[in-house]
Amino acid sequence: MPVAFRSLRMKIGVGLAGLVVLLAIFGPSVAPHDPQEFVTMPFAPPGHLLRFGGDYLGRDVLSQFLFGGRQILLMSVIAALVGVGLGAILGIFAGFRGGRFDEFIMRSGDVVLAFPQVLLALLFISVTGPNLTVVVFLVAVGHAPRVARVMRGATLSVSERDYVKSAMALGMPTWRIVAQEILPNVSGPLAVEVGLRLTYSIGLISALNFLGLGTQPPTPDWGLMINDNRIALTIQPWPVLLPVIAIALLTIGMNLISDALARASAGLDRQVNA
Amino acid sequence: MSAPLVVANLVVAGSGTGVAIVDDVSFELDAGQVLGLVGESGSGKTTLGLALLGYARSGTLIASGRIFIGETEVTSSSTGVRGKLITYIPQSPASALNPVLRLHTQLLECVVAGEENPESIIDQVLREVALPTDRQFLRRYPHQLSGGQQQRIAIAMAFIARPDVIVLDEPTTGLDVTTQRQVLETIRRLVKDHQVSAVYISHDVAVVAELVDKVMVLYSGKVVEYGEATEVFRQPKHPYARRLIAAVPDLAGNRSPVGILGGAPSPFTRPPGCAFHPRCDIAVDECQTRTPELVQLSHGHFVRCPRTGITPPALTSEKAALLTRDDSVALSVRSVSVSYGKHTVLQDIDLDLVGGQCTALLGESGSGKTTLARAIAGLQPRSSGSVIFDGADLAPGVRERKKEQLRKIQYIFQNPYESINPRRTIQETLIASYQFLCGKPKNSQELIAEALDSVSLRRESANRYPDQLSGGERQRVAIARALIVNPEILICDEITSSLDVSVQASIVELLQRLQRERKLTLLFVTHNIALVRHIAQDVAILESGHVVERASIADIFAFPKHPYTQRLIADAPSFDPARGVA
Amino acid sequence: MLKMIGRRLLLSVVIVWVVTSIVFLATQALPGDAAKAILGREATPDRLAQLRQQLGTGKPVLEQYYSWINKLVHGNFGTSLASNQPVWTYLKPLILNSLTLMLIAAVVSASIGLLLGVLTAAKRDSWLDHFTTVVTLVLAALPEFVIGVTLTWLFSTGVFHWLPAIYAGAPGQSAWRSPTQLVLPAMTLVIAVTPYLARMLRGTLIEVLETDYVQHARLKGLPERVVMVRHAIPNALGPVIQVLALQFAWLAGGVIIVEYLFRFPGIGTAVANSVATRDLPVTQALAVFFALFYVTVNLLADLLTLVLNPRVRTAS
Repeated sequence: MPVAFRSLRMKIGVGLAGLVVLLAIFGPSVAPHDPQEFVTMPFAPPGHLLRFGGDYLGRDVLSQFLFGGRQILLMSVIAALVGVGLGAILGIFAGFRGGRFDEFIMRSGDVVLAFPQVLLALLFISVTGPNLTVVVFLVAVGHAPRVARVMRGATLSVSERDYVKSAMALGMPTWRIVAQEILPNVSGPLAVEVGLRLTYSIGLISALNFLGLGTQPPTPDWGLMINDNRIALTIQPWPVLLPVIAIALLTIGMNLISDALARASAGLDRQVNA
Repeated sequence: MSAPLVVANLVVAGSGTGVAIVDDVSFELDAGQVLGLVGESGSGKTTLGLALLGYARSGTLIASGRIFIGETEVTSSSTGVRGKLITYIPQSPASALNPVLRLHTQLLECVVAGEENPESIIDQVLREVALPTDRQFLRRYPHQLSGGQQQRIAIAMAFIARPDVIVLDEPTTGLDVTTQRQVLETIRRLVKDHQVSAVYISHDVAVVAELVDKVMVLYSGKVVEYGEATEVFRQPKHPYARRLIAAVPDLAGNRSPVGILGGAPSPFTRPPGCAFHPRCDIAVDECQTRTPELVQLSHGHFVRCPRTGITPPALTSEKAALLTRDDSVALSVRSVSVSYGKHTVLQDIDLDLVGGQCTALLGESGSGKTTLARAIAGLQPRSSGSVIFDGADLAPGVRERKKEQLRKIQYIFQNPYESINPRRTIQETLIASYQFLCGKPKNSQELIAEALDSVSLRRESANRYPDQLSGGERQRVAIARALIVNPEILICDEITSSLDVSVQASIVELLQRLQRERKLTLLFVTHNIALVRHIAQDVAILESGHVVERASIADIFAFPKHPYTQRLIADAPSFDPARGVA
Repeated sequence: MLKMIGRRLLLSVVIVWVVTSIVFLATQALPGDAAKAILGREATPDRLAQLRQQLGTGKPVLEQYYSWINKLVHGNFGTSLASNQPVWTYLKPLILNSLTLMLIAAVVSASIGLLLGVLTAAKRDSWLDHFTTVVTLVLAALPEFVIGVTLTWLFSTGVFHWLPAIYAGAPGQSAWRSPTQLVLPAMTLVIAVTPYLARMLRGTLIEVLETDYVQHARLKGLPERVVMVRHAIPNALGPVIQVLALQFAWLAGGVIIVEYLFRFPGIGTAVANSVATRDLPVTQALAVFFALFYVTVNLLADLLTLVLNPRVRTAS
């Protein structure tokens, strides 16, 4: 989709998200202190030694911040990929096969949709206790029916096309039609979904960490930083503002990328229809 | 006396690009006169029609030129002109009528403000278009009407304001021939009774010829010929107009339609010089560089071509050679029925395809002709009956059929814009089909080259994507995809109906050549009765799920037996340029 | 039409039933001893037995399920382990508070969203449209807690000191008695929801404005205002209702985080607390409540869409 990469939105989006991703990946190697180390007074204001001051335990805010993005990012990427993969497979087959299989998949999706995504995670964590694997899995499961709906819709309109019927007329097996005829033609919406779900995963996983249900202290984490330090927002805002700015830039960047992909894929569809 | 319509140097352009979609159009029209605006896809005819109302679709604008209705100038902002002095009848009333508003609301909107008794005006116009006038009917929503009734409502809406000018944009597209005939008669009568000037836009030369006084032929946004209808149709001077008229299938069967190679360019891919020169049979080098002027040949007859004096080469159709008829049956359909749920679409169909012959399956929309074609191909499960091929009963679904059976019967779809995967090159599309049914090719380069040659496509097309080809070229690819596996039977489902007339004729010629060279058996599904005469040797006529008549082509046109067949032949617009306007 | 309504109703009932079963399975029938999980290291044999009794665990799963769902149908959600109150007594004021918050957010965001959607669709490609598109795109990306923290910093701690940072009303007091406490939580929800609404509405309306029947209405010479109000908007209503329903249902998820952030005494805070304190009956009751809310909102939207469609209405 070379068209998508030429748009201004895409450039700004890649710039913003890329900056935060680089920060999260390479942050730990440039951090001035051990994030666990108590180096100053609790909520020490920024000074020339510690550029962003200390957190509620007197640890270096900058180091905490530089270490705290990696895990969120990793978890979000896995959750988004698993969720989109699962949703796409279910949605595409539901749309293509139709009938009872479709009905069953979509109604099961309705059941999952009846739980807000945060609640779905809360419900299971209430029994298992804070658990990163469970968080990632539940976020992915929450994504799946939402992705499935979109991909089913896209598949339905592609299945109507005569090139799919033409492959059916040749007697091609279902998996081959899905792989060769349908998948390449729903790649636009699929790319948009990956971007969108990644945005939501970041928001959701950092929110769960913020609620104290994902990453546990003393592991440095942006969501935890916000929750732990927000009582002192008046006197020492940096341990809250730094992660807030990072998450905001990341999600805004991702959303710009998704939007650019969506525009490009809509434009492409128009060309095909014309 | 209504005032005439005057259009001077009208230009409609893309608002971003500045590319002219309609370029420098001028004409005048008297009261009660009908002007036919003829053109193929990309000619700008609908854009021109809308511009007459001072309307430009989003992304376009009326760049220059003036339009007068009597003393009043039409501009994009002028209120009190659009909908009052000039009205519009849309191409597809099913989508042009608002689905959530009752008919009465939509009709009432058309009454000019200040009229004392709007109800009586609506009442009168509905009578004129032969629709019911009772409250019950007016309370209906558009979806509760038939296609013909919807079009009558659209016509009524245009006549309520008693306008001076009416623009009709292909108002009979999608209607069956009988309804089309009735609607055309209504339009003709109303135009005459109310002395309205009408602009009738169509791609269908046969329909235009029945209705109009003057005709304007558009090609690629420019007027190429304009004059009295009798003169233009009998002696077209522009090479495009001449070839367009020659491409129209003639119901009487006096001559074969001859296509024009290539396709009409879009506004963005127009060639320099005369836009028609790549397809023209009398073009010279000069045509590639110099855009010709519209010149008056005789009184009121204008042509945009400097080479009108040249005698064009005679048009020959490839059909000439006679087919040898053997009476072996290649495929037979025995008492096949198909139903969707409780609704029976096909009932007890019997049909024989004679080997090496083309059998036409003629029917109007909803007759079940596509369903029958798909049932034969195994795309549509049949509820009973059998399809005998090679001495065996074919399984109802493709998945239960043997690869050899699948290979021998190939299906070509209606719309070439949808039947080829847009994400694969032509070569990949052709190879995928071959590989699945015949295994890995020994020499794929040669195979592709042969397949492209057989449908007269350039070999470079192999590496193109479908969106880089014209509609006609895409349909050739679809035919090549069927031919590459060396089939015995080709099922062609309305394969020319989404193409321009000039392209349709060349696809028909191609099919005839292939049938002859490869001894193919064809099932040609169509709604176009005039076309049947030129392609088929046998015909089966399908009406609401039943075959009402089966006969040879000669017999069906000479002695139609079933009343439905008789009506089809009588109502089809007939066009014979030798006779001029019907 | 009655048949279609009946089908939707039945479907909703089935979904609610499956949802309650999942809640039960997730919290009570999962492998492992729920009582042990709740008590953790403090488990003594006595307390374990007592808690098993209270939760009804220890019996066969089917029997547990039957008695649980039987109680549920009769509105008996059990007793909160943390507060020792009946769950319903404990939750009732909290539910009211949350509904107040959500209603305010819904009304405000629907009004702004509709207005922006219609304006940007009508003035497509104007500077207002471009500006709104970019702003909504940016805001739509932000998670609620990021919006909430930023608003707190802006309006109560960092820049201005106008509003309370966290809820400070007496427990048990209705939220609407202290409107200033409601401003920040409601504003956070509004900012989280409105961008989606405005964008979706703009898209829906633009699609309608490009149809043949809208073009035909313009060709009839109708003024643009009439085209919009009579021809375009009624046709956009169906999809708009669906979008609204989706966003209102989504508010329920947003409310969990926003309430926790502002310590607002509602079901969001309650659910976060109940999970933290492993107050199983409260978690169960709230999960069922959230699902009921979602199903009801969607059911209402579906029925409204059906009734508004003349094709459905005229089908006998």
